[in-house]
Parts: sequence; C-alpha cells; structure tokens
Amino acid sequence: MLEINSIERGIVIDHIKAGYGMTVFNYLHLENADYNVALIMNAFSLKMGKKDIIKINNVIDINYDFLGLIDPNATVNIIENGKTVKKVKLEVPQTITNIIHCKNPRCVTSVEHYFDHVFHLVDKEKRSYRCEYCDDIVVPYPNK
Amino acid sequence: MLKNRCLIDPADFTREEFREIFDLAHQIIADPEKYSKSCEGKILATLFYEPSTRTRFSFEAAMLRLGGKVIGFSEPNSSSTAKGESIADTLRTIECYADIAAMRHPKEGAPRMASHYIQMPLINAGDGGHQHPTQTLTDILTIERLRGNVENKTYGFCGDLKFGRTVHSLVKFLSNYEGVKFIFISPEELRVPEYIREEIVKKKGIPYEEVDQMEPYMGQLDFLYMTRVQRERFFNEEDYIRLKDRFILDAEKMTYARPDTYILHPLPRVNEISTEVDSDPRAQYFNQARNGMYVRMALICKLLGIY
Repeated sequence: MLEINSIERGIVIDHIKAGYGMTVFNYLHLENADYNVALIMNAFSLKMGKKDIIKINNVIDINYDFLGLIDPNATVNIIENGKTVKKVKLEVPQTITNIIHCKNPRCVTSVEHYFDHVFHLVDKEKRSYRCEYCDDIVVPYPNK
Repeated sequence: MLKNRCLIDPADFTREEFREIFDLAHQIIADPEKYSKSCEGKILATLFYEPSTRTRFSFEAAMLRLGGKVIGFSEPNSSSTAKGESIADTLRTIECYADIAAMRHPKEGAPRMASHYIQMPLINAGDGGHQHPTQTLTDILTIERLRGNVENKTYGFCGDLKFGRTVHSLVKFLSNYEGVKFIFISPEELRVPEYIREEIVKKKGIPYEEVDQMEPYMGQLDFLYMTRVQRERFFNEEDYIRLKDRFILDAEKMTYARPDTYILHPLPRVNEISTEVDSDPRAQYFNQARNGMYVRMALICKLLGIY
C-alpha cells in the first residue's frame, strides 16, 4: 500500500470525490508549491469506495466556497504539531464569486471583463447555479 | 418606495409596487394633461446599443409628455462605445448629466451589470434574448384594460420562446398571480429556457403545456401572445430560415379562437400575424403600443419620486 508521511503543520483535504482531486489541486495552484504536497488519487475508502486526498505541509488560504462547490462532503482538517486541531464542515455555497465563468456567448460577461462573475445557487442537490447577469443555469461540477 | 430604484427584471419589484405603477398609468390615461408638467427640469437618457423604434420612441414620448427632456444615442457607433469605452464608464458619465436612464443592449445582463455602477434609476429596455420588463408593463396594462385583471386566465405564448425576452419577462411576472395557466406553443428548438421552466413555472406549481401546434389549443386561451422569430438572435442563418415561418396566425386560425380571446404581440411584426387579422377586434397589438407609452410615463414618475 502507498504510504504518505503525516504532516506536522498544514491542511489535509480528505474525502474528495474520486476524480476531482486534480481540479482542487490545480485551483489551489499547488503545482507551484515549494513545500511538501501530496495528491492521492483513488485511495480506498470504506464509505466512498474511492476518494482523492490532498495533503499540504503548509498553512495556506483555502476558498471553502470552491471546495463546497466541488464536493460538500469533503473534509478539511487543520493540522498543528501533527494533530488535527480543527475540522471544517463544508457547505454548498449560496453564491459563488469569480470561481466559474458564464459560458453563454450572449452574456455580458463574454464582452466586458472588469466585474465579478457571480452565480446563485438554484438546486442544492444538483449543485446548479444561475448567472447573476444572464440567468443561464450551469452545473459546474456534476456528480461523476 | 420606488424612488431611485432600478427596473432590470420583473422580480425587482413586488406585486404592490407594480400595482402603484399600473394605478398611476390608468390615472394618466384618464387625464394625460394633468401630468404634462410632472417631469419639468428632469432629463431622461436613452442608451440604445441595439436598434429600436417603438421602445425608444415610447420612452422618449413618455418623457416629453411629462414635460421632461431627453438625451441619448440610438446606436453604439454614435457613442463612445465605438472608441472602446466600457458600459460601466459610459453609464457613470451619463449619470453626471441625466436623472434617469433607459438602456437597451444586445448582451444579456448588461443593464444588471451597469446598475451596480450608478446611483440613478436605470430601466432595462431589453437585454439580448433575456428580459424586457417595460414591455411586460405594457402587456399587463393592456390585459387589465381589456379584462380587468390578470388572474385566473390561460395565456398562450407562440413563436420564439427561447430568445423572446418579452415572453420571459411576462411569464416571470404572471407567475406571481393566482389561477394562471400557460400554453407554450413553439418548435422544439425554440422552447422557453430552462431557467424559466424549472426555476419559475415548475417551482411555483403553475400548470403549463409545451406543444408544437396552435389550432387545438386556441379555444382554451384568454390571451394569445405572438412573437417574432428574431433573425438577430441566431448565430446560424440556416436555423433562422428553417424556423421563421413555423407559426403564422391568419384569419383561418382565428376561427379556432373564442370571441373573447385577445391577440397580443410586442411588435415589430414580420409575417407571424397575417395583416388580415389586424381588422379583427380581438387583435390588440397596436393598442399595446399606445399603452406602453402611458405605463412608461407612470414608471418614470415613480422612479423619480414624483407621485
């Protein structure tokens, strides 16, 4: 079995739906990290079957809205001195700002680029969102 | 309180706030002279980034009949947009000169975005295939004058329901009223957008049907709202040509309608209503255009805090 050493101080994002680990990794720009980072894909999970895990040996800013958008069932553990000191419960965000862009070519966001891209939650189960400007409905990260 | 508010989408105002506007519109129709100096000293800016005849003239005539003045442009090439100015900068500049603005833009959501940058009241005069709330005010005033109220009626919508912004705004508005039923008549490709069907019609439990024939449903309707298939909304000319003549209302089809079924159309019409229907007393689309000016007079007054 693959072993990744535990971290002393940092963040573990666990129970990420299998297949979305790379999306989270890229969004957090971890490819540029100069500290220890591990992306584990398709790890065995009793509950989920397969899951992805990211271990970050550093304290960085995490956009919890983004994580909740990708997978509200993922867990974020804050680690200090090798122990979990805080668990963050994620939620499907009501509003997301500058995380996704509208794909409707008729939307004003396709031609003017100086304002926030804002989407409002339509359906929590489907995690579908409505563009603030053109009302187009999108499911940015559908259940795989 | 409607003073200094923006009307971008029918959901921006409550039923009670719309009631204030319609009540004032009915009063203006009864005695227009009484309101002829209501907006003296006020300036309306009409910012039309897309061609328009009746909406722009309607807004301008409304302001002039209220005693106010009008500035603006009727196509973007005659504004700083041609030099590459952003919508936000144009609006922030116009705000220095005008008290209220009406904006039409081909891109969906442009007025909503613009409203975040200014303090003056802004009216959406149509944004792409999205919304056209003042056409809805026009439609509702016409419905009220013909049938007293909008409740407990069956509304047929026919033609381009996908890009027909007047349909989207009207459906959104009517969805707040009891006893309404919708029949959406269109080709498969031009059905109402998902956000209208799922988020508004279904969510509010409104009975509706989506059909692709007109005749079998004519007898159920209190109002038939015809729309033009709009060439400017298609990226593909072939699709436009294939779909444009799919539904044409003529005298023969009118024989299926009840004597009290009224025909509405936001205009301009191309050929989707045959001219032989114009003389039928149930054809009300030119009365709609007149009502549009009166209801815009009421809206301007309310947003400026007059009355």
